[in-house]
Amino acid sequence: MKKTVSGVYLALIFFFLYAPIVLMIFFSFNSNATQITNFESFTLKHYIDIFKNENLMNALSNTLIIAFLSSFFSAILGTCGAIGIFNLRKKARTAVLNVSNLPIINPEIVTGISLMLIFILIFGKNLGFFTVLIAHIVFNTPYIVLNILPRLRRMDMNMYEAAMDLGCRPFQAFFKVVLPEIFPGVFAGMLIAFTYSVDDFVITYFTGGSFQTLSIFINNSLKKGVKPWMLSLSGLLFLIILFVLILMNIREVIEEKREKNKVKI
Amino acid sequence: MKSKKLLFPYTVWMAIFVVIPLFMVLYYAFTDKSGAFTLENLQYIPKHLPIYWDSLKVALISTAICLILAYPLALIMANMKASMQRMMNMLIMLPMWMNFILRICAWVIILRPNGILDSILGVFGFGPNTIYHTTTAIVIGVVYNYLPFMVLPIYTSVSKISRSVIEAGEDLGCNSFNVLRRIILPMSIPGIVTGITMVFVPAASTFVISLRLGGYSLIGDTIDQYYKGGSFNMQAGSMLSLVLMVIILISMAIMNRFDNGEDAGIV
Repeated sequence: MKKTVSGVYLALIFFFLYAPIVLMIFFSFNSNATQITNFESFTLKHYIDIFKNENLMNALSNTLIIAFLSSFFSAILGTCGAIGIFNLRKKARTAVLNVSNLPIINPEIVTGISLMLIFILIFGKNLGFFTVLIAHIVFNTPYIVLNILPRLRRMDMNMYEAAMDLGCRPFQAFFKVVLPEIFPGVFAGMLIAFTYSVDDFVITYFTGGSFQTLSIFINNSLKKGVKPWMLSLSGLLFLIILFVLILMNIREVIEEKREKNKVKI
Repeated sequence: MKSKKLLFPYTVWMAIFVVIPLFMVLYYAFTDKSGAFTLENLQYIPKHLPIYWDSLKVALISTAICLILAYPLALIMANMKASMQRMMNMLIMLPMWMNFILRICAWVIILRPNGILDSILGVFGFGPNTIYHTTTAIVIGVVYNYLPFMVLPIYTSVSKISRSVIEAGEDLGCNSFNVLRRIILPMSIPGIVTGITMVFVPAASTFVISLRLGGYSLIGDTIDQYYKGGSFNMQAGSMLSLVLMVIILISMAIMNRFDNGEDAGIV
């Protein structure tokens, strides 16, 4: 009885989460380009059109470049920040951490607007690639910091001292001892940063000027109505995401098995 | 690792790109176009009170619906086998990785007149749906977009509850309802608080969702209009953003009083 109820509940929730995506993908194969939800006949044309659409391709590459660069730079900045914050006394630590978390806590629209104001002050009207990159680093860095701090707390600081005693210089000790220890945190933070960056609309919208990422480009086109390529793009993205997630899952399962085997030995 | 030098670049960065920008908002909110101090912009607050109220209403309703939907889901997930739990986690994250605007786009083609919902309803002889361009449409859009942000923190805190605590409760005579009420619910409060803030904040300041699905402006759209739309007025926009920020910080301060300070995992 309990099992059936929870089964039905799960089914309903997943119906709600996936029905819109399934519908988009279904109608992405529709050859009727004017009435996109009246299914005429099967076609892959809209999928090919994605790659022919220069503006869309340009927006896609912009999105990926910004996501890579911003997660990379936030990783460096966030690692510095996390180690610095970790070494503070409790009161100072709480204070700095509160400021550091502001971009997460604040509504995105406020972060976007405040950054737009400072960018206009510094760069004049020249908003574009560079300002979007800075903005993304700003909202990504706190996620890196939050992912590294627990790792630092768990780390045995004697290891670092030992490395220094054995003749390491501070930065050598950092790369040989500290970094390997906190790297899973850095990596997890970078993954989160990457996905947030790809998905971001609000902050890019305010800080980008005429610079177009995927979200901005789709939003501008959506003003003129839903186009078939939006559906095929959803299908393509879904496929890519599914592929990546399955890969990650398989990797995790393999790692877990390896861990288990270790215990047996 | 004693060196605090590492903190220096980070604090400078935060000062320039986090703290000073917020003061810029404050500056514009209390100056006129020539840059002189003024309280004149305060007049924009009462003018927009109905819109603030609308936004708050949408945010509260959506957050409540997310919580009601997410809690049982989190409980069900936490009781599954480890491999199933991982799979569920993945399935809940997946829609979140699709592009934000595309998710809204999906609901536009479902809800709009002669859209998918209408054709389905038509088969059963029901009239066209009246959801499109109403508050309900906004709530659907918001819940769809932010539900995972509610599920994941609650799931994290529920799955941390040790099996033995629950068994102890059962041994001491709790039935399953009392186990839920006296053990699981109180122990999952950090997750609930994180979930509520992670849904409420973006919901209260949402824009685009409201305009595309609801057909009318909430406070986010209004602020956008003042900065990038037809009615350009940075001073008014800054004042309204400032008020929005204050409302949200106050709501969060109230929420955090329910939490005993433990940090539930931020996704």
